[in-house]
Amino acid sequence: MTDVGATVGDLGLPGAPPAPAGSRPEQRRWHRRPPTGPHPALAAAGRMAARIGGPALAVTYLSLLVLLPLAALATNAFSGGWGAFWRAITQPEAVAALELTLGISAAVAAVNSVAGLAIAWVLVRDDFRGKTLVSAVIDLPFALPTIVAGLTLLALYGPNSPFHVDLAGTRLGIGVALAFVTLPFCVRSVQPVLAELDAETEEAASSLGASRRQVMGRVILPSLLPAVLAGAGLAFARAVGEYGSIVLISGNIPFKTEVASSWIFSLSQSDALPAASAVSVVLVTIALFVLIVIGWARRRFNVPETV
Amino acid sequence: MKRSRWRLPLRFAVLGYLALLVILPVSTVFYRAFQHGLGTAWDAITSTDALHALWLTFLVAAIAVPLNTVFGVGVSLILARHRFPGAWLLDALVDIPLAISPVVIGLALILVYGHTGWFGSWLNTHHITVIYAVPGIVMASAAVSLPYVVREVLPVLQEIGTEQEQAARTLGAGPFTVFRRITLPNIRRGLAYGVTLTTARVLGEFGAVAIVSGAVAGKTETLTLFIADSIDSLDTQSAYVGAVALCLAALIVLTLLTVTDRKRDDWHKEVA
Amino acid sequence: MQKTTPHPSEPGDAPSRTRLPSRRITAVGALALSALALTALPAGAQTGGTVNLVAYSTPKPAYSVLATDFAKTKAGAGVTVSPSFGPSGTQATSVVNGLPADLVNFSLEPDMAKVVKAGLVSSSWDKGSTKGMVTDSIVSFVVRPGNPKHITTWADLVKSGVQVITPNVFSSGSAKWNIMAAYGAEIQQGKTPAQAQQYLSKLLHNAVAQPSSASAALQTFLSGQGDVLLDYEDDALYAKSKGEPVDIITPPQTILIQNPIAVTKTASPAAKAFLAYLLSPAGQTVWGQQGYRPVLPSVAAKFKFPQPKTLFTIDHLGGWTSVNTKFFDPQTGIVAKVEQSLGVSTASG
Repeated sequence: MTDVGATVGDLGLPGAPPAPAGSRPEQRRWHRRPPTGPHPALAAAGRMAARIGGPALAVTYLSLLVLLPLAALATNAFSGGWGAFWRAITQPEAVAALELTLGISAAVAAVNSVAGLAIAWVLVRDDFRGKTLVSAVIDLPFALPTIVAGLTLLALYGPNSPFHVDLAGTRLGIGVALAFVTLPFCVRSVQPVLAELDAETEEAASSLGASRRQVMGRVILPSLLPAVLAGAGLAFARAVGEYGSIVLISGNIPFKTEVASSWIFSLSQSDALPAASAVSVVLVTIALFVLIVIGWARRRFNVPETV
Repeated sequence: MKRSRWRLPLRFAVLGYLALLVILPVSTVFYRAFQHGLGTAWDAITSTDALHALWLTFLVAAIAVPLNTVFGVGVSLILARHRFPGAWLLDALVDIPLAISPVVIGLALILVYGHTGWFGSWLNTHHITVIYAVPGIVMASAAVSLPYVVREVLPVLQEIGTEQEQAARTLGAGPFTVFRRITLPNIRRGLAYGVTLTTARVLGEFGAVAIVSGAVAGKTETLTLFIADSIDSLDTQSAYVGAVALCLAALIVLTLLTVTDRKRDDWHKEVA
Repeated sequence: MQKTTPHPSEPGDAPSRTRLPSRRITAVGALALSALALTALPAGAQTGGTVNLVAYSTPKPAYSVLATDFAKTKAGAGVTVSPSFGPSGTQATSVVNGLPADLVNFSLEPDMAKVVKAGLVSSSWDKGSTKGMVTDSIVSFVVRPGNPKHITTWADLVKSGVQVITPNVFSSGSAKWNIMAAYGAEIQQGKTPAQAQQYLSKLLHNAVAQPSSASAALQTFLSGQGDVLLDYEDDALYAKSKGEPVDIITPPQTILIQNPIAVTKTASPAAKAFLAYLLSPAGQTVWGQQGYRPVLPSVAAKFKFPQPKTLFTIDHLGGWTSVNTKFFDPQTGIVAKVEQSLGVSTASG
């Protein structure tokens, strides 16, 4: 069951199916009209441009937006020399904040990957009244400005919580806030892939005698794993850099609930920009390393499609 | 799935998780926005500053989202269809903006494009203002939402494979034709989610924009900054109404992009 | 998972209508890029009569009243005030980085010093009759209605079981005022610097939250956390005027908060007129009505602000320049050391 609206036959290319038998001359002429599409020379130029121009443009865009600012950050981090850099990143507050951030982000990414998979499963394979509404709501945590998210979570799960849970000032509170902002892409990473999954393979496997569990474990999950990992990577990266939504519910206590982004913000406000850059650089490097590992895992589990 | 005994428990577990984590908070925002009636809510969002903030936010989204979409689809195609040294690094770098705290992204952009930044003097001589002006806001918004289209489209591209594209190629179709008629229809659901996530993120961005915009009310104040200002002034009503406006905008984008999917879903069910 | 057989199009489904219009995407992308380029071009030159105001976040409500009032005066007719509000430190950095500014108003002096050092404000900004200050305030205790825990003195803050909220000193100017108020109060009561430092340690130990800004701290307190919030008196008065459930207690000893203001070297005449208005009896009266203690003695006498027994200034403690480094350097300052020793003893790993 594919989701393809276009087929090769629609392209009107040479080699298209011949005119149906019994068609009138005008119709036959219509079926054998010259191929639509650009002039061959232009097409070749286009291919060349796409080959070189495409990656070049992509890298330029990435550079302007991300790489150059990152480089400026790194330069700023070392502007006081290696000694200053080292002092900034070994300061107890920085270490505590980094540990807290990395730990909680990893935990949230793991939990939300599983949750995202389950939610995507229910949205694609299950059906019930209100499913469309549920699906639409999933992206909303993202659209909420982080401060509003923070205020709302504080109202719901803080001291005046209608459920009499008080997560304010706790690490669990931070986890809940992070789960809130990272859920959308844990779901949306898996959803389109799940929807595109060819059910024929599943049916073939079960008709060959595979149990439900075997079909899950050997057919479905492996093909979803790259997407789940993609979502996990995004969730981790976002959690690591998140600030606005957790800063209220966390209480921001140094050494207890102060996350790295908050400490970095404090440094930047205290005229210690090189120190802020230094801690950022460390955080980004660790996150980059984790993302590279996840990327490797994604490619490792990706079943190659064609030769 | 239809006959699985796990279906109902899974459904309830999922709905429970969503209720606590997403539905409840979002409903609270809507409730608080309209708590004092539609009239006050309308007044809150139609003040001069609010209207300008709305307009600026949509302008920024209208620029940043297409830019990131084109970039996202392009990079996905490159990563999915070609092997080259360093592909693994490009792949990881795409996610990296998320790991940088938005405030730091703002500061880093200033380090490069600000008055005293790397390009500062060049920009000054050419009378181009980036920081504390709209281009800076667009750049900051694009930077924080960079990966989403890639992360949605790339797995789908990898899942569906190149078989159809190759078939079309052997029949003589040029690369643009193949993209338009084969690739694009296949990735449209992933692309739709990617664009929605990007839009939602751009609409909701606060930290980076706060730094690079200067937050001049009526000039460079986006809706999120307006909301933050409202909270500071203890005008939480305006803040929640603004948040609702952002949610509705995101919902509209999502609906527009996925409404044609329902036809396919129905067809799926018939054939399944 | 390979797609095997291509499926026929759905009956009655014209392909072009259900595909994403890719040409349109490219067009939109190109349009977006050109729009981006266009927005980078400079806007039309500013006509006379605009004041680019860059201020800290607390006086935003006050300024909207002041601007309206100023527009009614002769000097202010036709003047547009274009304001930007944000955390004091961030605002100062933004001005240094090129944010257009005619009039700057910060919550504490070091932020003004930043801008002076960058050459954007004249170094004689504080030589005027009000020493460069536009408003005064004090550090107050904000408590629940009725003051259920009977918090009235600094000693009450460090009792066991009392939960204090004060912003994080490294990201909030308000927090610095709070800490110096606490420290100074101890010194005024005859304690030694070492004992005063001990007090700070006990105070921060009781801090159940250290939000990143005064505004976040107020929100945290209003959400139900904590028994007492340390805050500017004017901020607390504003909250009370908005109907928030708070009571304001004036501590017996507290620091006089002084907020600096200045015009930049490139300020428009309108900005200078606005500053003159803000320092005039008319303007100072409006400030007073907004909860700020006027700096003009004649106007201050008209208002009945609570008078603490002992009121000291930052100069009693050495002045901001030395205090900022000695107490608030994020790596070597006293508060950093206090937090570290607290953290080492309470961090759960």
